[in-house]
Amino acid sequence: MSRRYDSRTTIFSPEGRLYQVEYAMEAIGNAGSAIGILSKDGVVLIGEKKVTSKLLQTSTSSEKMYKIDDHVACAVAGIMSDANILINTARVQAQRYTFMYQEPMPVEQLVQSLCDTKQGYTQFGGLRPFGVSFLFAGWDKNHGFQLYMSDPSGNYGGWKAAAVGANNQAAQSILKQDYKDDATREEAVELALKVLSKTMDSTSLTSEKLELAEVFLTPSGSVKYHVHSPESLTKLLVKHGVTQPAAESS
Amino acid sequence: MECVFGLVGNGFAIVAADTSAVHSILLHKNNEDKIMVLDSHKLVAASGEPGDRVQFTEYVQKNVSLYKFRNGIPLTTAAAANFTRGELATALRKNPYSVNILMAGYDNESGASLYYIDYIATLHKVDKGAFGYGSYFSLSTMDRHYRSDMSVEEAIELVDKCILEIRSRLVVAPPNFVIKIVDKDGARDYAWRQSVQDVTTAAV
Repeated sequence: MSRRYDSRTTIFSPEGRLYQVEYAMEAIGNAGSAIGILSKDGVVLIGEKKVTSKLLQTSTSSEKMYKIDDHVACAVAGIMSDANILINTARVQAQRYTFMYQEPMPVEQLVQSLCDTKQGYTQFGGLRPFGVSFLFAGWDKNHGFQLYMSDPSGNYGGWKAAAVGANNQAAQSILKQDYKDDATREEAVELALKVLSKTMDSTSLTSEKLELAEVFLTPSGSVKYHVHSPESLTKLLVKHGVTQPAAESS
Repeated sequence: MECVFGLVGNGFAIVAADTSAVHSILLHKNNEDKIMVLDSHKLVAASGEPGDRVQFTEYVQKNVSLYKFRNGIPLTTAAAANFTRGELATALRKNPYSVNILMAGYDNESGASLYYIDYIATLHKVDKGAFGYGSYFSLSTMDRHYRSDMSVEEAIELVDKCILEIRSRLVVAPPNFVIKIVDKDGARDYAWRQSVQDVTTAAV
């Protein structure tokens, strides 16, 4: 490991690696996980909250899920302050597009645009990369429901199911086994809860430790981003039998 | 003296423009095509300062192409019209383009549409529109005879009525017109209406 190539973000190591980008991904690997699952009639985003306290005002603050535009939302994993900057950038980009074209920005273009910003921090300027990975969930008239994952390098991909943050590899392999292409939104919620319950470090799953959001179409055809209330979450946890500690689940 | 007009029919839009390239009292050429094919399913009929007209419409055309290459999907007619208007609006506060545009397009989701965009960045979605001195005659004629969902034949009949009115009533009426159409099969030339053709004389 060539430590002497660590400090400058914008140079390659002799092995052809960008260490700062990799270290950023390390930082995310220690942060609260987030999972996204695409279904026929919507996209489900679920996140593990690291900051849990009864004192947290849940109606006004969100740790994991953010709305970018009426038709796009995202879940974050990593350094929250970095995430806030990028979320604002994404929001501005989305509005700029709508100002120019009077139409909602296609989801992939929004993701690409944000990733272009992130890429800049790996090539010039001398500033460190953002320590955030995103899961973007949205709907547009070109491709319907979509899920994208992006990381500090500025790479992104479209996914049917994806996980970021702590234990994301374990979550990803469970998703690979259990994901079904024609699942409904409810089944996707169930899968998300089950996967998170298996991969989360904490001993029991309560609504305090989770944030759950869904992106779907209302009967009138407009896109809705809905974050579950703690009560609704608790009901779902009970319904799918994941409230018990992980060690006792059958 | 430039005449541009257009209308929306049943699943198509038609635009017509005169084909005179004028400089003061001189007619440079009478077969100047002022209706640009913006992309496979869009037409832009433009009138105004000749340099601005070509510069601006080509700028829009190339940006529309760039969007398609970057994003794999074409812009809708509405999006292209709003983009065009935005560019005119931005330039207006510094170096305005003296170009009036009628943008016609066909989108699978929304059918045929026509947008009126004038040089000070007014944007209107319209069923029929016109620019120039000819508009006094073509708009009145279209107001009298236009119905929604006309067939191509009926629309061309109306276009020809407008051309006749312009020719007979406008003091310096342009002699020739080009007509283009856009529908689900794309944007293409429809016809020319020429009352004066270029004369080539044999060497004496």
